[in-house]
Amino acid sequence: MNNTLTITELHAKTEDGTEILKGISLTIKSGEINVIMGPNGSGKSTLCKILMGHPNYEITSGKVEFNGKNILDLPTDERAKLGLFMGFQHPIEIPGVTLGNFLRLSKNTMLKANKENTIAPREFIKDIKTHTETLKMENSFINRSVNTGFSGGEKKRAEIIQMSVLEPKIALLDEIDSGLDIDALKIVANGINQNFKKHNTGILLITHYQRLLNYIKPHHIHIMHAGKIIKSGEAKLANALETEGYDKFINSDKK
Amino acid sequence: MNVPHKTKQSIKTFENNKFGFKTNNKAMYKSPKGLSEEIVREISRQKNEPEWMLEYRLKAFKIFKEKPMPKWGADLKELDLDDIHYYIRPQDKAKNNWKEVPGEIKETFEKLGIPEAEKKFLAGTGAQFESEVVYHSLQENLKKKGVIFESTEVGLQKYPEIFREHFGRIIPANDNKFSALNSAVWSGGSFIYVPKGVDVGLPLQTYFRINSENMGQFERTLIIVEEDANLHYIEGCTAPNYSSQSLHSAVVEIIVKKGGRCQYSTIQNWSHNIYNLVTKRAFAHKNAEMFWLDCNIGSKVTMKYPAIFLMGKGAKGEVQSLAFSGKEQHQDTGVKIIHAAPNTSSKIVSKSISKDGGRGTYRGLIKVNKGSKNAKNHVSCDALILDDHSRSDTYPTNTIAEPNSSIAHEATVAKISKEQLFYLMSRGLNEEEAISTIVNGFAKPIIKQFPMEYALELNRLLELEMTGSVG
Repeated sequence: MNNTLTITELHAKTEDGTEILKGISLTIKSGEINVIMGPNGSGKSTLCKILMGHPNYEITSGKVEFNGKNILDLPTDERAKLGLFMGFQHPIEIPGVTLGNFLRLSKNTMLKANKENTIAPREFIKDIKTHTETLKMENSFINRSVNTGFSGGEKKRAEIIQMSVLEPKIALLDEIDSGLDIDALKIVANGINQNFKKHNTGILLITHYQRLLNYIKPHHIHIMHAGKIIKSGEAKLANALETEGYDKFINSDKK
Repeated sequence: MNVPHKTKQSIKTFENNKFGFKTNNKAMYKSPKGLSEEIVREISRQKNEPEWMLEYRLKAFKIFKEKPMPKWGADLKELDLDDIHYYIRPQDKAKNNWKEVPGEIKETFEKLGIPEAEKKFLAGTGAQFESEVVYHSLQENLKKKGVIFESTEVGLQKYPEIFREHFGRIIPANDNKFSALNSAVWSGGSFIYVPKGVDVGLPLQTYFRINSENMGQFERTLIIVEEDANLHYIEGCTAPNYSSQSLHSAVVEIIVKKGGRCQYSTIQNWSHNIYNLVTKRAFAHKNAEMFWLDCNIGSKVTMKYPAIFLMGKGAKGEVQSLAFSGKEQHQDTGVKIIHAAPNTSSKIVSKSISKDGGRGTYRGLIKVNKGSKNAKNHVSCDALILDDHSRSDTYPTNTIAEPNSSIAHEATVAKISKEQLFYLMSRGLNEEEAISTIVNGFAKPIIKQFPMEYALELNRLLELEMTGSVG
């Protein structure tokens, strides 16, 4: 099935009134990988959070539609139940709740919301094993408390395990590559690619670095600066960025 | 049989669903409201007690009258001690076969799942209804090994010597106002004796049920664990909710002799009209271990500070507790540890959750007597506060007379952050489920120490307390 998340002329401000998105238009759809790059503070991560419904931001104008349905009035969990997923730059620790139990609760909650049968514990453990293997984690990983005491790399892998289990239609991955060494980067990228291949997931990648794109082949690249997308292009735009830096694009935008 | 359910109250609790039912039971005897010397004498007369116990009660009654209400802890101003029935005798005498327990009382405990639990995972079971133990049983093999598990009255009658040797020695009547009260009007509770070297294995459990309104329940428990013996005892408590108050004021005395081990686990789930003012204390002798596992979810006010006196070299004490305070609840709990011998060690983990204006208080006293060399203590107190009008306080006191000892105290106070909720909600949990997940995770280190059946029940209770936490 084809799923589309359409963002039209989205403006948003923070609680203190700072305008942080200044008219973003973007379409994320099944079978496509979009990448947003840009310097710090350009609003990339904020865009992810706003799409997922973070309570700290106010939408001042514009639209966000999932398969034609306005989702801006939906709480975060309803958006998740529709098939939106966000991979966090800084995943949150939840002491005392094991990754396995949390994921089963999460998965079953989504299945129930979509009137599908829930998964029994034993079956779930089998399922999750394939995903921990893809991410090259010990299976005992799921017995640890969610993100609690995880290294940076473990947190990111755990995010992709969650994505693999939840099988979202659209995944927003916020700096999923930050803090990873080269081996971990390859593993995480492989996890994302497998999801993409298997489920035709529509993916939005937020990244600072071109190096992630050595392992994930994007369809579109967007450069974001000061709350706006200032340049969009194909994969090779990333190479231009790598050699010439953001400045060139930012300055040409100013002119 | 007519079992009226209570009308729905504004506080959403599990009481409505499972524990809140009332039983119509006509008591054999009910003392008039208020307390007098006459009532104390009547309780003793009905129990056919030896003279020394009557004297003990009367002396305690005098102390009770003299002692002022404690003002240092939870607010007890609304507790009207004249508006309480101090003794309600539901039936003739304790039975050891459920079939003989009168229908409506038996039904109460069946609803609470007690006979079923007995079959599945308990070595012995007691059930107290109002003032009296109505049922008691112990596995045959344990009886043969000399284990005694009886109501405290039966303990006094059948084992007078061992009873008198230990009764009131750990917690004297004049310890505090409510230990004096209990000493004057005690009724029910368990008398447990585990002979040298015997490991009881599965837990023994007593379930305490208050059914009437304006009722005072004063169970008195005495546990003696002989050298190298091992016991796990569990107490559970529930009551239906009334608009008027009831009082539960227990005294629990435990002696763990050389090399013995005792674990005392509590699941306190009283209804929200109950003042739970309890004195619990254990003596641990040489190389003995005492472990209080204490979970307080219900009651209007709880004041409870399980104590361990580490009396012999190498004795170990551990207290792990979880307190939940919801609307109009105050859990004033804590721990008292006295290091009275060298090489003794103690560990305390206290967790509290407060919500809807509830208040959790931790009061701790760690005392290291001079000469208790190499005493070691570690305290960690964690509070989780779910909204801005709930409260948590920690009052630790350390009195250290032995320089060669080590004491450590850690405390954390946490609120659930927007970011935590956002993260969980991005995985499809609604706000209520997200909060409940965080709370269960927070409580887990304590809950997982209970046998599995109880852990599941506790998780369920906490989830029920969390419903209605949003909006």
